[in-house]
Amino acid sequence: MSSSLRRFLITRILLTIPMVLILVTMIFFIMRVLPGDPIRSQLGPRVSEEQADALRERLGLNRPLYIQYFDFLWDMVTLDFGTALTQGERPIRDELGERLPATIELTIPAIAITALIGILSGAFAAKNRKKPIDYSIRLLSIAIYSIPIFFMGLIFQIIFAVRIPILPLSGRMDTLLLTQFESITNFYVIDAILTGNWPALRSALTHLIMPSITLGLALTGVFVRLTRVNMIEMLQSDFITAGRARGIPERRLVYKHALRNTFIPILTLLGLQFAILLAGAVLTETTFSWPGVGRYLVDRIELRDYTAVQATIGVFALFVALISLLMDIIYALIDPRIRY
Amino acid sequence: MAEKELLSQIRNLSVEYKTRLGQVSAVDSVSFDIYKGEILGLVGESGCGKSTMGKALMRMIQPPGKITGGQIIFQGEDIMTYDDNQMRDFRGRKVSMIFQDPMTSLNPTQRVDEHIIEAIQVHEPQVKIEEALKLAEKMIRKLGMQKRRMNSYPHQLSGGMRQRVMVGLGLVLNADLIVADEATTSLDVIVEAQLADQLKDIREEFGVSLLVITHNIALVAEISDRIVVMYAGHVMEIANVEPIFDNPLHPYTRGLLKSIPNIKLNDTEELYKMPGEPPNLTHPPSGCRFHPRCPRVMPICKVHGPDLTEVSPGRFVKCWLYIDHPEKESETIKVEA
Repeated sequence: MSSSLRRFLITRILLTIPMVLILVTMIFFIMRVLPGDPIRSQLGPRVSEEQADALRERLGLNRPLYIQYFDFLWDMVTLDFGTALTQGERPIRDELGERLPATIELTIPAIAITALIGILSGAFAAKNRKKPIDYSIRLLSIAIYSIPIFFMGLIFQIIFAVRIPILPLSGRMDTLLLTQFESITNFYVIDAILTGNWPALRSALTHLIMPSITLGLALTGVFVRLTRVNMIEMLQSDFITAGRARGIPERRLVYKHALRNTFIPILTLLGLQFAILLAGAVLTETTFSWPGVGRYLVDRIELRDYTAVQATIGVFALFVALISLLMDIIYALIDPRIRY
Repeated sequence: MAEKELLSQIRNLSVEYKTRLGQVSAVDSVSFDIYKGEILGLVGESGCGKSTMGKALMRMIQPPGKITGGQIIFQGEDIMTYDDNQMRDFRGRKVSMIFQDPMTSLNPTQRVDEHIIEAIQVHEPQVKIEEALKLAEKMIRKLGMQKRRMNSYPHQLSGGMRQRVMVGLGLVLNADLIVADEATTSLDVIVEAQLADQLKDIREEFGVSLLVITHNIALVAEISDRIVVMYAGHVMEIANVEPIFDNPLHPYTRGLLKSIPNIKLNDTEELYKMPGEPPNLTHPPSGCRFHPRCPRVMPICKVHGPDLTEVSPGRFVKCWLYIDHPEKESETIKVEA
C-alpha cells in the first residue's frame, strides 16, 4: 500500500465520523419532533397519565433531552445501541443481529443479479445499437422497472409457488427445519455450511431464489440504461477504433476494453444502490415475509421507538460509509489514472 | 529509389456517407498506388476525404458511411472480397494505423506491455506470454524507449511516447503498411520533428511502407517520397516530392504550396489565401470539383471533369491544362475572343 493511499484511507475513515454524527443527530431530533411517542403508541390513549409517566421514567424518557442525546451518542460509540423502547424492550444489538444478516443475505444475491443482468444486457444493447435486439432490451428493461416490486413478487409467487410449486412461498427456511436449526451468525446459508446441515442449506438457498430475483430484477432497468449510454460513448472513442484497426475482435473490444472503462459510473451507482437496498428492501421483505431490517425499521418508526430507529439508521450510515469507501478503493484498482 | 515494387493498388475507390441532406460522396473514384518501403504523403484540406481514405483502406468505414465501389488490391489480393475474419487478420497484421490524438488512442486501463502482448496474441494465439513479452521489450527498445516504460499506463507517458507505442503496436507484427492519420498533428513542433525522423528510421529499419495522411505539407515535404494531393474527394495530383515542390502542375497544388507559412516572410508580404471554400459534397460542383475556386478555370472545366492522367512517368494530374480534349481548344478560344 502506497503512503498516499494510506493517507487517503485514513482521511476517508475519519470523515465518516462527522458524517455519521450529523446523520444520527438529525434522526435523534426529527424522531422527537414527530407527533406521537413510544409510550402512547404502546399503551393506547386510555391508560392513565400516572401509568404513562411511570413507563416514561423507567425508559429514561423523562430525562432532559441533552442527557438523552449524549446517552445515545455514548451507546453508538460503544456499539451497544441500548435497548428498544417497545416490543419487549430487548437490546437493539440482539434485534439487529437477527435482522441485519437476513437483509444482507437477501441483498447480496440481489445486487449480483442486478449487476450481472443489467451490465451485460446494457453492454449487449450498446454493441447492437439501433438493432431490434437493442430496442427489445430497452423496452423490457423499462417494463420491468415500472412494475411495482411487490406486484412482481406476487406474480412470481403465484407462478412458481402456487401454480407450479417448485419454490417455497415465503420465509427464510422451512419451518420444520428451522426448529432444529442451529444459528451462529444468523446468515442462514453460512450457518448451514458451518454446521454441515445440508438439508437446511438447500432450504435456505431455495428460499432465497424468488425474493433475490424479484429485488434484483427491479433494479436492472437503471443499470441497463446507464451501461448502454456509457458504452455507446466508449465504443466511439479513439482507442476502440485503434483496437479495431489492430484486428482485435469486436467481442473483446466490447466486453473487455470498453466495458472496463465504463465501470466507474456503473460502480458508483452500484454502491449507492447497495446502500439503498439495505434499507429499501421493505416491499420485498414484506411480500416474502422476510424477517429483515427494512421491515423492522418501518415497524419501529410507526411505534416511535426512538432508540431502535436511531440505532438502525446509525448502523445504516456506517454501512453506507463503508461501501463508499470500498467503492473508492475499487475505482483505483480499475482505473490506474485514479490515485489518491 | 531504384526498383519500385508494388504493395497496394487502390482502384476507383468510392466512399459515401448517408446524411439527412443526402448522399455525401467523401471519396470519389480514387486511384493510386503504394510501393514497398516508400513514404507516401496524402495531403489536402480538412474535409477533403483524406482521413476517410485512410479508414477505407482498412475497410473501417462505419455506418452511415459505406464503400460504394472500387478495389483495394493488397499484395495481389483484393481485400474487398475478404470476409470478416480475413479482414480482422488483415488489420494489424498487414496494415496498422496510428491516429491523430495519442492521448486517447490507447486504452487508459491497459499497460504498454499489455497492449503489445494483446496485439501479438490476437493474431498469433500460439505465442506464449513470455515470448510476446520479449518481442514487446525488443520493440520498445528499438523505438528508443526505456524498458521500464513497459509497465507504464498511457497517462504516464508523454504524447510522443504514446505515439511511439502506437507505432510499435503496428510494427510488432511486421505490418507491411502503416497508415498515420494526422499522427503528428497534435504534438508540439519539436516532438513532431522527432517522430517524423523516427518514421523515416522505421521505414529504413523495417522496410515498411508508410501512408502519411496530413494537412501539413511541410511535414510531407520533409519525410515523403511521393505525394498524393486530394481535393473534395478527388485525387488532383500525384508526383514525387521534388518535382511537385519545384513545379506544381495542378492549380490547387500551387495554391496549397503558396499558403504554407514561411518564417522568412516580410511584414509586407501576405500569406496566400485561396479564394472560396471547399465545396459541399452533398452537391459537388459539376465538372472539375475545383473549378469554382480555380484561378485558371476554363469553360470546359465547368462541364467535364478531367481524368487523372499520367503526364510524365510517375506524374499524374487531373486538370484540363495538361490534358487534351477535342472541345478544349475551341471553347478556350471562344472565351479569349
